Amino acid sequence: MKDKRRGRHTVQFSSPPYIVSTYTIAGPLEGQGPLRDHFDAISKDGMYEQKSFEKAEAKMMEDAVNEVLRKTANLPEYIDYFVASDLLDQIVISSTTASRFPIPFIGMYSACTATALCSSIAAMLIDGGYASKVVVATSSHNSTAERQFRYPVEYGMQRPPYSQWTATGATAALVADSGEGPRITSCTLGCVIETGIKDPYDMGGAMAPAALDTIVQHFEDTSRDPDYYDLIITGDLGEFGHELLKELAQSQMNLKFPNNLSDCGMLLYNKDQGVDSGASGCVCSALVLFSKIYKELCKGAISKVLLVATGALHSPTSCHQGESIPSIAHAIAIER
Amino acid sequence: MPQDKPLNTSRVKLTQKQYQQLVSERQPKVPVLKRALRAFVSGGLICTFGQFLLETYMDVFGMTRDLASSATTATIILIGGLLTGLGYFDKIAAFAGAGVAVPVTGFANSMVSSAMEYKREGLIYGIGSHLFGLAGSVIVYGVVTAFVVGLIVSLVS
Repeated sequence: MKDKRRGRHTVQFSSPPYIVSTYTIAGPLEGQGPLRDHFDAISKDGMYEQKSFEKAEAKMMEDAVNEVLRKTANLPEYIDYFVASDLLDQIVISSTTASRFPIPFIGMYSACTATALCSSIAAMLIDGGYASKVVVATSSHNSTAERQFRYPVEYGMQRPPYSQWTATGATAALVADSGEGPRITSCTLGCVIETGIKDPYDMGGAMAPAALDTIVQHFEDTSRDPDYYDLIITGDLGEFGHELLKELAQSQMNLKFPNNLSDCGMLLYNKDQGVDSGASGCVCSALVLFSKIYKELCKGAISKVLLVATGALHSPTSCHQGESIPSIAHAIAIER
Repeated sequence: MPQDKPLNTSRVKLTQKQYQQLVSERQPKVPVLKRALRAFVSGGLICTFGQFLLETYMDVFGMTRDLASSATTATIILIGGLLTGLGYFDKIAAFAGAGVAVPVTGFANSMVSSAMEYKREGLIYGIGSHLFGLAGSVIVYGVVTAFVVGLIVSLVS
């Protein structure tokens, strides 16, 4: 068993599982952004022809799963596990979606690290020999998340310039022990970091040290350098968090990235879309990874990617009670 | 004062306070002056419009000042509520900020947006219990302030 572990926190898969297929559904604002041509589907509005935003989000996730099954000619009966995560209380979107499929369900809450954590667990299940096909899915919705974590959708207020915009959409991917596609070669799961930051609008500031911790841990465990990867992409630090991470890496660890460090939160929207520091939400990193980056990996335009998904693990109650925001980052290496 | 702790990662050799200090130095600053100016102008416009309504109700409809003042407030609440329902208020507020939040338009917006948000949860557990979710603070501290001021006035005079 132990021969798959590298260093303290990294798992190196002996038969790296394949990401056989992905499906991405983007919300309306995301569908106007720079990645619009890379998404499989774009919802024309936030309601997605449903009666509530919550139903819309669940329907998006359900459609994404169905499309991945259809694209790969799989029936739900062929899938061993459905691993999903979202932002809403008790991960009800994932559970609702899971109720539509006769697949054993593993639901997880890990805030916006969803893609990395679900994919890590899927890869561990497969490489461990416990499953051969796993569907991973995640979603977030601006209107459901804003309501839960902040204010009603139509409530008028000004956001600070370092705030981020919760992305709308859903993605699903099929991870399997055979097939074609880029492979998940290793994963580094992170520890929870406390910075004492309490401002729920400053997630970049709260999460940057967690991202650095996981990145450095990954390099130490695998004896790799930043230039091993064509792309090291953090989940949703936003512009402010991204700058902070670069500064911390330089000043604290003397770590320089050879122009290959990016952030999904900075790639999802154009500057003029009024999203301040960038995107956030479970689906932020998923929409970027499973659309443009996945296609580039398949084509061979890039061959080694490290996704470092970041998550702010606060709850609305903990924030109102003045507690600081626990932060985490999980990394997965995807190579072709 | 809570005591200062180092971050629980050996990769960042800063205490929580030192890190928060760094973050607040690097953080993009809220453009306070710009936002205050916008709030001043837009809030002023709303109040001028309110004054226009008040005079109109008094002069054209022959209302007393008290009655016209209530009618003006009701009209502005109606407009604020309508703009919220039609989805324009949040966009205006993103520009005007306190300019629309401080006048009674902000009160209307907080109630209508809550009502819209919680409609799906039904009349009792949804709208009924959440309607004053944001506006409740205004009412509670409005009443408390009125009581305290009233008490002081009655003691002084």
